[in-house]
Order: sequence, then C-alpha cells, then structure tokens
Amino acid sequence: MARSSKRIRPGFGEIIRVCWPGIVSSLFLILIIGGTFSALLSTSSSTKIIDDFGNSTYLRKVLVFTLWQAGLSTLISVGIGVLVARAFARQQSLTGRRLILQLLGLPIVTPVIVAVLGITAVYGQSGILRENLQLLGFSWPGNFYGLPGILVAHVFFNLPLSIRMLLPAWDRIPSENWRLAAHLGMNSRQLFLWLEWPALTSVLAGTAGIVFLLCFSSFAVVLVLGGGPSTTTIEVAIYQALRFDFDPSRAASLAIVQLTICTIVILSLHRWMRVQPISSGLATTSRYRPDEKLWKYRCLDFFLIALTTSFVALPLLAIVYAGITGPLTHVLLDSRLWAAAGRSAGIALAAATTALTLAMGLLFTSRVLLFQFRNRSSSSALQILGSITFAVPPMVIGTGLFIILLPMGVVFDAAVLVIILVNAILVLPYIMRTVGPALLDAGHRYDRLCHQLDLKGWNRLRFVEWPVIRQPLGFSMALCATLSIGDMGVAALFDTSGVITLPVLLYHRFGAYRFDEAAVTALVLIILCALVFLIVDRGIGKWRS
Amino acid sequence: MKSLLCQGLTVLTLLVFAAHAETERLTIYTYSSFVSDWGPGPTIKQMFEDDCDCKLEFVALEDGAALLSRLQLEGRYSKADIVLGLDSNLTVAAKRTGLLAQHGLNISKLGLSIHWEDDTFLPFDYGYFAFVYDSETLKNAPTSLKALVQNTTGPRLIIQDPRTSTPGLGLLLWVRSVFEDKASDAWSQLAPRILTVTKGWSEAYGLFLNGEAPLVLSYTTSPAYHRHVEGTDRYRAAAFSDGHYAQIEVAAKLAHSPHQELADRFLKFMLSTEFQDVIPTTNWMFPVGATSQPLPEAFTGLVQPTQTLLLDPELVENQRHEWIKEWLEALSE
Repeated sequence: MARSSKRIRPGFGEIIRVCWPGIVSSLFLILIIGGTFSALLSTSSSTKIIDDFGNSTYLRKVLVFTLWQAGLSTLISVGIGVLVARAFARQQSLTGRRLILQLLGLPIVTPVIVAVLGITAVYGQSGILRENLQLLGFSWPGNFYGLPGILVAHVFFNLPLSIRMLLPAWDRIPSENWRLAAHLGMNSRQLFLWLEWPALTSVLAGTAGIVFLLCFSSFAVVLVLGGGPSTTTIEVAIYQALRFDFDPSRAASLAIVQLTICTIVILSLHRWMRVQPISSGLATTSRYRPDEKLWKYRCLDFFLIALTTSFVALPLLAIVYAGITGPLTHVLLDSRLWAAAGRSAGIALAAATTALTLAMGLLFTSRVLLFQFRNRSSSSALQILGSITFAVPPMVIGTGLFIILLPMGVVFDAAVLVIILVNAILVLPYIMRTVGPALLDAGHRYDRLCHQLDLKGWNRLRFVEWPVIRQPLGFSMALCATLSIGDMGVAALFDTSGVITLPVLLYHRFGAYRFDEAAVTALVLIILCALVFLIVDRGIGKWRS
Repeated sequence: MKSLLCQGLTVLTLLVFAAHAETERLTIYTYSSFVSDWGPGPTIKQMFEDDCDCKLEFVALEDGAALLSRLQLEGRYSKADIVLGLDSNLTVAAKRTGLLAQHGLNISKLGLSIHWEDDTFLPFDYGYFAFVYDSETLKNAPTSLKALVQNTTGPRLIIQDPRTSTPGLGLLLWVRSVFEDKASDAWSQLAPRILTVTKGWSEAYGLFLNGEAPLVLSYTTSPAYHRHVEGTDRYRAAAFSDGHYAQIEVAAKLAHSPHQELADRFLKFMLSTEFQDVIPTTNWMFPVGATSQPLPEAFTGLVQPTQTLLLDPELVENQRHEWIKEWLEALSE
C-alpha cells in the first residue's frame, strides 16, 4: 500500500502528539539562547553595534581577521586532510594503521589549554623543532605568535578531525568500480578524478563546514597564540567586552554578528551537504586498487602519514614528557586532584547526557517531519538549530544566565547546573551531525516496513534504530564528554573555589607559580579525557541489545 | 511516646535554629589565586574563623578584572560583604557602582612606601611591576624603561593585555607615566619586539618559564618565589632607573551588606600582624603593615625602585579608554 507522496496537512493536536520532543528541545534552545542574548542586550538602552562596525576600523579588522584565519585554517586542514585520508585509504594493509588512526583521534579530545602547552613546547619560539632546525643551519626569523601559531594549533586540532570525517567516503566506493577501473587501466590521477572525488564531495562540504565554524569561533587558541590585538577574533572581542570595559550589550551584539555569519555559512552548506557521520574509518573491505602496490605511491603515502603522525604526536609527547618529569608523586598523591577529576568527569557526563536528550528530541522530530509530514523545511530548521550552537559564545550564555538567575538569588546554587547546561549546548552539534545521518538512514530504509508491521515506540527504537545509531551515538557522546572535561571558560565565570574542576585546578597552579605541578595536572587531564572517551565510546558503541 | 517525640523534635529544631543564627557568615569576593591552596586564603580563613565565631566564605573569581565586572553585574543583588583584590587602578570604576561603603579606619600609619589615602579602599598588600628576565639567556638586562623601548635590537618580551589583566593595565600606565604624551610612539617602537600579548599573568609567565622569551612583565617580588621555593637565583627582576609602577591591592566593604560589624572586623583584621605575616610567601607581594618577623630571606636583595610611579586613580579611570585605544592602534599596525 503505497502512501501518497503529497504533503500531508495534519491537525494541530496531531502535530503536538507526534512532534513534542522536538518542540520541547527547540523551545528550550530558543528560550535559552534568546533569553540570554536579550538579558545582555537589556543591560544598556541602545545597541550601537552597527555604528561600531561602521566607524571602528578595529572591529572591521577583527571581523576580517576572523574570517581570514578561519578560511585559511579550513583550507589547510581539509586540503591536507584529503591527501592524508587518501594515503590511509590506499594503504589498507599498512602495519599499525589502526593504531595510527587511533592516535590521530587524540587531538580531537585534547583540551585546548593542554594542547597549547604542547604546541608551544614543540613549535613555539624556542620550541624543540625550531632549535633543532637551527642546529641544522636553518633559521626562521619570523614570530610564531600571531597567524602562524593560530594556524599550527588549528591544523593540529582539525587535520585529524578532517581525516577521520573524510576517510569513510572511500568505503562508499563500490568494489565493482575499483575492478572496472583496474580493467580500464586507470592511473592514480584518473582514479582520483573519476572514483574518489565524486565520493568525496558529499563529505567535503560537511567537513569544511564544521572545521570553519570551529576555527571561526576559536577562543583559547587565539588568546594564547594570537600574539596581540592585531590577531583578535570576534569570540576574543566578546571576552574582552566582558572584562574591564564590562559592556554586556556590546558582547551580545558581537555574538549576534558571529551567529549571523555562522548561520549563513551553515545554510549555504546545508544546500549541498549530505551530513555525514564521523566514523573511525577502520572498516577494511576487500578491494583491489590498481595503484595500491606501486612503490612510488607507497613512498608518498608513507611520507604523508609519517609527517602527519609526527606533527600530531610531537606536542602530545611534549605534554607527556613535561608531566612525567614533573613532581609526579607530589601531585598524584594529592586528594584534591582526584576530587577535581571526579567532579570534571561528573560534569562532563551530565553535559553529554543533556546534549543527547536535546539532540534526540530534535532528531526524531526532524525525521517525523520529513517522513510522516513531508515537511522538508521544518525538518531542516530543527537540524540547523541544533548545529548552530557551535557559534554561540559560552561566555555570552553564561553571563546571560547569570543575569537572569541573579534576581532569583539562586546563582550560586545553580552554578553546576549552568556549567552543565552551557557545555551541553556547546557540544550539541557533534551529536546532531553524527547521529542525525544514521537516524535518517534508518528512516529511509525501514520507515515503511515499520509502518506495515505496526512497529513503534520502544520496540521500534530497540530493534530498528538502536543497532544503527549505537556506534555514532557512542562516538559523539564520548566526544561531548571529553570536550566538556576540558572546558574552563564557563567554570571560571562562576566561582572557581566552589566548583574546582581539573582545568580550574590547573589554572590555580598556574596562578601560584606552580608550573611544574601544572604540567603533571595537564597530563592527568589528558589521560582522563582519553579514558572517558574510551569508556563512553566502547560502553555505548559496543553495547549488546 | 508520640508527644515525647514531638518535644524532642521541637528541641532539636530550636537547637538547629539557634546554632544557625549564631554563626554569622561573611562572604568575601576575591581572585582565585588568593584562595587557591597555595594562596593566603586558607590560612586567613582559619585564623579569622578561630577568632570571630563566624563562617568566612570566599567566592573566587578569575582575577581582579573579573572581580570588578562581577560587582558591576550583580549590583545590589550582590551577596558579597567584602570585595578583596581590586587594584588601585580600578578603585574609581568600583566606586562608581555606588555599592561600596567607607571603611572608617585611620590608615596614615601603614607601612606602605607609596602615598595612599582613600576612605573606601583599604590596602592589604602592594608590589611593583617589573620585567623579570632569565639570567641564563639574557646577560644584559635593560636598565630603564626608556632603554627597553628604544633599543630596537633588544630582547623579545611577553606582556599582558590591558583590556583583560591588571598587570597589562599596569604596564600601560607605566609607559604613560614615563613617556607621557609620547606613549603611543613608545608602543609603536616596542611593538616589533613584543613576542605575544596574553590575556593574563599566568599565560605570560608560563610561556616565559618555557623559554619562549627572555623577558616577561611580572613583579619585583617574582624572584623571591623562585629563591624561596625552588632555591634558584636564575630569574631576576630588571631594575629600571626611570622607576617602577606600583600595584596596590585593596579591599572594601559593601554598603548593603547585612554584616557591617563583621565586615569592619575583617577589614581591621586585614591590617593585623597575623594577616600581614601570611602575605609575603603566599601572595608574593609586600605586606602593608607590620609583620611579626622580618621578611623571609628570599625577599632581601630584591629590586628596590628608586622611583615609584602611580597615577591618580581618577585620571586612570577617565583616560583608560583613550589610552587603550592608542595602545590598540600602535600594536595592530
């Protein structure tokens, strides 16, 4: 019994009955984002941001620089990402391939403040790399701080992310095509043009979009490696507006500019973007690549993989080295460290769960809208709403919630809740982008079957959706949890003596000249992140149902 | 049986209430390094609570700048009784919130080497900004701010942003005090040698210790930490003949606080020998009052400024925007 492909006009009650999860999630998000923005704007009577951008050459410079560095970072990360992902795809039987790919997952879960320590130790002004190059007679007179530093850090985080997002595209090329190509005697260039590029384009836009948004709203990296006022991003300008100048309405206006630009980027990408899951790309389907065994390409691939791996591994090794040569026992035997670690892990898991709840509401309803009501635009709107929160500055939400909660007298009791909530909103897009496509996929394949079998509710979730979304869900939950562990911004906004998380403890040690102890704390932080990632990823991803 | 239980409960409730009413709670907003386990906070809390029969609660904010913006944000809703850790440059902005009350104490006898008179803000420690250098990589440290600025082949340095950090603002005012109307030119001259501008002291000092640059903006007292805790003389402060800019850290009580008496008591306690004894080796600043013993050995031989610089807080507040704009323009070329 084929269903009509006409758009169905349901009644109001029907919409509420079927779509309530999405309505609740989206209302919640809109209320929080809208409420906090207007709370900040309401602190002064006039908003003069248009004037500001019109008159202030400084703000215009900030905007241009933000776009410029984000564009460059994206170009480099995704450009090199394509080359390296291709090398990985070609060398299926490389020894240690699996291990290297797992290592490349580490920067994604490394807290920014820790990674920056490692990056400066290796690539900084007096970093290991520069000193060794000098010994070899090469000298590079330029200043690392500024655009070079920002780019190095952004590539450190986003090159591995790009590789892992792009790699699954190769799995989607049917093995018949490879065989056909071999029969036709295609060379490497032709293979790329006719087989690989078409498969890549669908993931490329999504990858570039995420990387661009992450770099556009980059904050901690720019603050430490930016070098000075000539390399300020909008996100940094927002932070500055909330310091000595204390001008919340200006911060909110800047945040609106950032949000607008990011929405435009997302919307234009959404037009030709098939949202792709970030999977690990470990699947090894048997296939024959005509250029796989050629030693010319082997050398090239090994070189690319080795270079990328060392680029990523060196800063991580520097962190480990600084940690194990520090006052290890002194720091590790400190019960405060473990209390802080426990607190961080708790907050992270709570934030990930909250994000999951919000995302599931949006995703399931978005799918219902698409399949049941044939309402593509509302469906996309929910998807976009959940993906845009990357661009919402945590300082703005945090300060806004503070202003709202203040007259109620519950600010201090609510601090932990606010930290969890802000983190959940920040990491929401990862779940949207990872679980969303899998859920849609399940819909495309099984929606009709489920209707015919009258399979719905809990049973459908358990037998149809769960097997499909389990893995991306585990991965994105793990990602969310680790990102929340490393968060510092929101925790610092409240009371750093009330909620001492691991990053706060790290900063306390910085503030007390205890930089050697901070190095050990950083190592513990990175290990905690990796552990939480593994446990959540494996725990959910490999669950038997 | 039932009535006995009832009576028991009533007595218990009364006891709880009585106990609750007895312990007054004094809330102090301060910066996080003050209350961290290495800062003066824990000891001071213990000492004050032992004596006052009250609870002392610290609310730790990121730093002095966060302290001021929190005060502006909270306004009359603030639950702070005392705000501790603003520096002298921020006093006027803080006063303009209209939230602060006069301390009513006579501070003419303080051991502060700088003239300080204010009916609202009570100083609790002070220090001087200085460029700290690594004596292993920098043999000829600059001898004056003028020399540092004008030596175009000089060493690279790390400074803090005057929009986000109190040392950064301090340097801005230091350059102002020495170069006056030529401050903007001085910044342009210095700009090529500024390795990076960080958001706060911690990031700058961390990069400096990692060897990223041989010079960093910090305090004359920083070498005392390295000597006292690490036993090394490697890091030293450069003595500048054209003067060092001072930082005076102050506290004030809030006018709407329901615990005025307790707040007064704490302010008085702040100037006591016990409190001042804690400051040098936890906050790494100079005490403003008498200490029971001479300063630890690590403090002897520190740079003694031949000239102390401090601009009028009123002038700072009125000109800050203009000067920061100048700084921005000079550094973003």
